[in-house]
Amino acid sequence: MIAGGVAAVGLIAWGVTRGLERFVRPQPAQTPAATTAPAPTAHITATLYYGSQNGDALVPVRREVPLAEGIVAQGRQIVSAQLEAAPMPYVSVIPAGTSLRAFYVTERGEAFVDLSSQVSSAHPGGSLTELLTVYALVNAVTGNLPAVQRVQILVEGKEVDTIAGHVDVRRPLQGDMTLVAGGAQ
Amino acid sequence: MIRSLRGTAATTSALLAFLLAALLQAQGTAPPTPLTLISRDARRPVPTTLLSGQELIALDDVAMLFQVTVREDTLTGGITISYRGRTIVASPDQPMASVNGRVVTLPSPIVRSGRRWLVPVEFLPRALGPIYDQRIDLRRPSRLLIVGDLRVPRITARIDAPGPPTRATIEIAPPVPVSTVVDNGRVLLRIDADALDVGVPGAASGLIEQIRAGDQPNTIAVQLTPAATTARATVNTADPAVTRVGIEVAQAGPPPQDATATPPRPAAPSSEGAPPVLPRAGVQTIAIDPGHGGDEVGARGRAGTEEKQLTLDVARRLRGLVETRLGLHVILTRDDDRVVPLDQRTATANNNKADLFISLHANAALSPRAAGAEVYHLRLGREEEQVRREAEAGSVTLPLLGGGNRTIDLVRWDLAQARHVEASATFASMLGNALKERVPMGPRPLQEAPLRVLEGADMPAALVEMAYLTNPDQEKLAGSDDFKNSIAQALYDAIVRFRGGGGGGAEQAP
Repeated sequence: MIAGGVAAVGLIAWGVTRGLERFVRPQPAQTPAATTAPAPTAHITATLYYGSQNGDALVPVRREVPLAEGIVAQGRQIVSAQLEAAPMPYVSVIPAGTSLRAFYVTERGEAFVDLSSQVSSAHPGGSLTELLTVYALVNAVTGNLPAVQRVQILVEGKEVDTIAGHVDVRRPLQGDMTLVAGGAQ
Repeated sequence: MIRSLRGTAATTSALLAFLLAALLQAQGTAPPTPLTLISRDARRPVPTTLLSGQELIALDDVAMLFQVTVREDTLTGGITISYRGRTIVASPDQPMASVNGRVVTLPSPIVRSGRRWLVPVEFLPRALGPIYDQRIDLRRPSRLLIVGDLRVPRITARIDAPGPPTRATIEIAPPVPVSTVVDNGRVLLRIDADALDVGVPGAASGLIEQIRAGDQPNTIAVQLTPAATTARATVNTADPAVTRVGIEVAQAGPPPQDATATPPRPAAPSSEGAPPVLPRAGVQTIAIDPGHGGDEVGARGRAGTEEKQLTLDVARRLRGLVETRLGLHVILTRDDDRVVPLDQRTATANNNKADLFISLHANAALSPRAAGAEVYHLRLGREEEQVRREAEAGSVTLPLLGGGNRTIDLVRWDLAQARHVEASATFASMLGNALKERVPMGPRPLQEAPLRVLEGADMPAALVEMAYLTNPDQEKLAGSDDFKNSIAQALYDAIVRFRGGGGGGAEQAP
């Protein structure tokens, strides 16, 4: 009941800030566990981030992502697409096998991306690569969901200090364009 | 009436017993200089008590310092001290102890003082030493308790001729490399050792005011009188048993045979080559953090190079350079292959009041092409920025008991780095420049990032990624002694530059 209410408030907030081209239904039974976009043919174009060929920067790539109803469902679609293999000639900065366990958004515009343990256990390490992993996710979510200002990464449902021993992910992070090739330094 | 009298008597006797106990406790006095325990990674005072001329140490303290367990046998009145299955048995009436079945003598028996058991300090080398994993050496004249295989040579000094010129000899046994510097009215000897066993202060005569232990644990200072104008030191290593450093101090007036002398000038060349510029006070202790360890292997190259090994290897090389050439105190946040949590690493640096923190890492990338070294310093997020503003806004003034005020800084322990971000940026750029002179750099040689290990460091701090182990050429390079020495030398150069200015005082800025 309360969860439904919170989701509804979240949805309305998102609808308002986004200036949606569609109507928001007032009583959606939207929960973080909800999956599948109802209309398989409809897509949005989202900017996702992959590793450059040298592995030393993020490259923004425009990709089709299934349209979903509501910020939470759309966020799930974006993160799921980000977790997939990179298009040629880029490399994925998120370890293969990592899956999205949950995605939710608070009223303060903070999104929580809960990933499976592979994001840590299969990570190659290194400060730069870890920065790329973290900011590919943070940039993809904040860049495509304007209602989200900050993103916190969870692993197996828990807050963690770092993913591979370097980058502090104990708090929600803002996007960082300095790691993007050709981005602001 | 009777009851109340009895009550008073009971109170009085309790009071007497208490006074007696207090008197017994008070019999011991602290020695004028405390005993100093020196081990590979620590240097700390050890509390001891003087009781009728005998120096004693509490078994509680022994238990804490050496990880032994102490058990009192109430039946026999004896004490059993055990360490890893080996035992020492001592009894309060015998000046001896049974160590794993063998009897060793002690200068006095174990005594009880209040609730504590005290043993003569000789107990440590004589009784604990034989069953302990590391060597325990007690040097009474210099008040040192040396644990482990450390190089602690004995230093003796004598005046050969009061002069002028005044001649003195400093002997170092067993012999170790020594470098000398003449600076600001003194001759400074830097001795390649973990600590020095300096007994009674050497004699003073003529143009030598004093020969004493230096500010660093491995230095000896020969203080000259204001009349002294030139000083030279010569290191003689001919004797296999002892290194002799001859000091000659001259006065203005009739110039000595070499007319080039201008005060003060560098000493005769030592075995170490040109000694570095004597740095300003400010940076005294350096914390080096070898990244990862134990099960946390870190990055791994295809040929099998592991980040955790490379970081420890380079950390030890850097420690050697900094200790022997600068004579600074160096702390490693780990000196073996084990997991150390990130917060514990900075806690070690903070607790030892380190003035600089260098975290060593090796990089990994998803592409085998990425190459080169990188330096990181902390970027503050919104919350950290707030902490920095609070730190800048000043400290809190608290009233003191008995009048007056004391100002203390309030900084969140997990964001202690917030007030050092500017000094850290300076230090990071010095590291980047020094590395650039010696090793290949990555495409982003200097970066700002929210790195977890730097956040708790209450001193200027930076993280160095030495090379990409995922690049086969870089992995091969990283395995070479040449590369590891180059990295250590570059980091050393940056430390010298940071101390020399342009950042040495930045951390003191409000």
